[in-house]
Amino acid sequence: MTEWYGMVPEFGQLALIFALLVSVLQVVIPLLGVRNSQDWLMAYARPLASAQAVFLLISLAILTYCFVVDDFSVAYVAKNSNTALPTPFKVSAVWGAHEGSLLLWVTLLGCWGLAVSLFSRSLPLDMVARVLSIMGMVSVGFILFTLETSNPFERSLPSVPSEGADLNPLLQDFGLIVHPPTLYMGYVGLSVAFPFALAALMGGRLDAAWARWSRPWTTAAWIFLTVGIALGSWWAYYELGWGGWWFWDPVENASLMPWLVATALLHSLAVTEKRGLFKSWTVLLAIFAFSLSLLGTFLVRSGVLTSVHAFASDPERGIFILALLGICVGGSLLLYALKAPTVASVGRYEWISRESFMLLNNLLLVVAAFAILLGTLYPLIIDFFGMGKISVGASWFNTMFVPLSVLLALIIGPGALSRWKADELKRIGGQTVAAAIISLLLAFAVPLLHGGDMNWQVFLGIAVALWLITVTLTDVWKKCRGQLSRIPSLGLSFQGMVLAHIGVAITIIGVAMVANYSEEKAARMAPGDIETLGAYQFEFVQAGHIEGPNFVSDAAPFRVTKDGKEISLLTPEKRRYNARGQIMTEAAIDVSLFRDVYISMGEPLDNGAWGMRLQVKPFMRWVWLGAIFMSLGGALAMADKRYRRRKTLQEANA
Amino acid sequence: MKRLMLFIPLVVFFGMGVLFWVGLGQEDKSVLPSPLIGKPFPQFILNTVESGESLNHLPQEAVLVNVWATWCPTCKAEHEFLNALAQQGVKIVGINYKDDDFKARQWLKAYGNPYLFNIADPDGQLGLELGVYGAPETFLVDSQGIIRGKHVGDLNARVWEKLQPQFEALK
Amino acid sequence: MKHIIWVLALVCLPALAVVEGHKYQFDNQRDQERFTHLAEELRCPKCQNQNLADSNAPVASDMRAKMYDLMVDGKSDQEIVDYMVDRYGDFVHYIPPMRSQTFLLWFGPLIVFVLGLLVLMWLKRSQKPVVQPLSAAEKAKLDELKKKAGS
Repeated sequence: MTEWYGMVPEFGQLALIFALLVSVLQVVIPLLGVRNSQDWLMAYARPLASAQAVFLLISLAILTYCFVVDDFSVAYVAKNSNTALPTPFKVSAVWGAHEGSLLLWVTLLGCWGLAVSLFSRSLPLDMVARVLSIMGMVSVGFILFTLETSNPFERSLPSVPSEGADLNPLLQDFGLIVHPPTLYMGYVGLSVAFPFALAALMGGRLDAAWARWSRPWTTAAWIFLTVGIALGSWWAYYELGWGGWWFWDPVENASLMPWLVATALLHSLAVTEKRGLFKSWTVLLAIFAFSLSLLGTFLVRSGVLTSVHAFASDPERGIFILALLGICVGGSLLLYALKAPTVASVGRYEWISRESFMLLNNLLLVVAAFAILLGTLYPLIIDFFGMGKISVGASWFNTMFVPLSVLLALIIGPGALSRWKADELKRIGGQTVAAAIISLLLAFAVPLLHGGDMNWQVFLGIAVALWLITVTLTDVWKKCRGQLSRIPSLGLSFQGMVLAHIGVAITIIGVAMVANYSEEKAARMAPGDIETLGAYQFEFVQAGHIEGPNFVSDAAPFRVTKDGKEISLLTPEKRRYNARGQIMTEAAIDVSLFRDVYISMGEPLDNGAWGMRLQVKPFMRWVWLGAIFMSLGGALAMADKRYRRRKTLQEANA
Repeated sequence: MKRLMLFIPLVVFFGMGVLFWVGLGQEDKSVLPSPLIGKPFPQFILNTVESGESLNHLPQEAVLVNVWATWCPTCKAEHEFLNALAQQGVKIVGINYKDDDFKARQWLKAYGNPYLFNIADPDGQLGLELGVYGAPETFLVDSQGIIRGKHVGDLNARVWEKLQPQFEALK
Repeated sequence: MKHIIWVLALVCLPALAVVEGHKYQFDNQRDQERFTHLAEELRCPKCQNQNLADSNAPVASDMRAKMYDLMVDGKSDQEIVDYMVDRYGDFVHYIPPMRSQTFLLWFGPLIVFVLGLLVLMWLKRSQKPVVQPLSAAEKAKLDELKKKAGS
């Protein structure tokens, strides 16, 4: 049997090498075409990008195959899989550790290139050539990195282990199947806007068509990032067992920073498309967004920062990525510094105008990203100067992020209903006064009703969220002139914006409530014991025992009741995975729109008793529901027919 | 002026690059600098492992204070070296951290005893006072009982090369 | 200033449960929450970025036990944090100290925000109007052309 799949991993590596060769061609040939204005050379860009994607997909498929058939002669498979591992997890184990996840990253990059080559018919050829060429450069860098330092196809022949070390139990979960691919699609998707920006700088021109073209691609990447981050948070929540959903861990920060800048980029692109303004900002933001994406990759894989989520660190890899970072980011920032004036905008707007609101919006988003970067890197800076070791944790990040979010939430509503070029505070004020009053009144009521006494944090959060919602709805009402049937005619782009903004408000409400009104209790409980937390009662029914496919667990079935009525039966577990002997806590959660009931097992105590952790988390789902709304909003905006019409060159440049 | 401002992102990025470059070259990230350097050795009233008699001070001379335990594999690895040091006349006091007296005595009988004596710290209280977070750790204490240095991790020839001059100076 | 940060910090954090929480029970809710919040403020010196509330490490267990004793003894939050920092260093406190070296950390975002605002305002001021007012010569020419068209 071993002889048959003895060769297969080698084909995987071969496919990767071919992908590298094709990417090199993808870089050189179209650029030559651009330089010498030869269409036939530039036309090679699309097929080369497609070929690269195909080779990468083959490579990834082969690695997946190795996992599924338990080919432990491949070192990576042996380290991360096991014969008893359920098949879906064998597939997701492909990206469970550094080498494989990098192959996934690179493959998704190739797929975006394929998408660009398929959906760029309406673009001038020289632009396509430039864009695919630059994307090719990034591919070359990363495929080379994979082959040189992180080859997933390395064999451990002739000594083939008979059994694998198993996938880390924390990763044996649905979350691993969806979170990394979605998140990477987002990271890598920002690499489409990036070459657009560079192409504009190199060509010395940036027009409305450029912006119109970049928008859906950037929106798509942004949607993936939004969903990816939300999935990560949700996964950490139910998997880690302690009820936390955001830790301001360096790896989490590495995903939030590009998201914030991508949000700013989306807004800046809108202005560039509609008003021909902010061109140079848009280009800079596109460079920032992708740079932060690359920076995230560096932080997570180089070992420079300690994190529970980080991949195994290796300074050699760190140096390689740092070099990549230096070339990509340094090169593009240099290009920007030298050539930004060539894409400067001509136009004006008044102090009070939609443009100003957009600028303020983007400033706040970029400052937020900067703050996160500062907090994440500061311990490193202090260490660098030999000033000791400090830690920057959740409360510092919250202290910075919360005020910025509040300011943002304050301006989103009025900004969306302000006019281009010139507007008046009086007019905006007049339209929003009713909204302000309603929001303040309701915001007062919520903490009093829910908690009994005033909570200013909750008040603030609810107030700005409601303000956002009411002003947005006021805008909709005014635009459809009181007739709800007219909403579809307002355009998908507008509807998408409304949905996304409401999503922000929903998340803010969720965060405000869950951060302030969560209840928890730690108690020693034996079978038969009953504990009360808030309005809920928890009865430890009996001790249980479960035999899983690759683990055994102690289970603690609980009956949860509220006011005498049974809500649900929850069974948390304490699992011991056979292969590595690792102990894992599986929380049991009762989910509903307005609260989660969360039970997890702590430590085993005497006489069959356990240290149990019981939690009630109000409005927890709202945090991620908001992200869903944001993504749907983005999807609607993308679907707007404006972006899908084939434009002739004359129309585009009109 | 505007043209100059365009270079700001590049300059900031360059600074970050330098930071990362140095950060990559750093050795062990998990070692924490001790805030106890220059402070007196914490007060304690504990028993010795050897005889069980009560003790509340260190000897009035420069000593190495070595935190170890029988359950700690790295401690076993450094033990050979400690024996060698003791033979050279280096005075070492041991703290038997979160361990069992009987086990510790057996261990020392089997592998040699380089220590003047061992302080028993079964619940890690003294360890907490010293900011111990992972055995083995070694403190350099002068004759006045002031902590002058700390090393986290096993003591070996390479480490001793750097520590020895520091220790000699304390005598 | 420290006080403000403490208030902001305590107030911004969600109250999570603590590992081995059943061992550390207080008779009033306020102290229970204080304990949990402190456990979240303090970092496990040995782990990969975990606070004392979530960590299973033995040293974290010892530190929790000590925290409990100190709280029962009536020590304030600041005294408990100082106790740990005096022995393990600033590293174990997730709120960075307020010192000259961390000035940029605490005020950096605010400074960048204000600078950013100033830069944006300055850039806006130096905006050229799209339509330049006509010079005297151009005006004269326009009048001429108008006359011609009128006749």
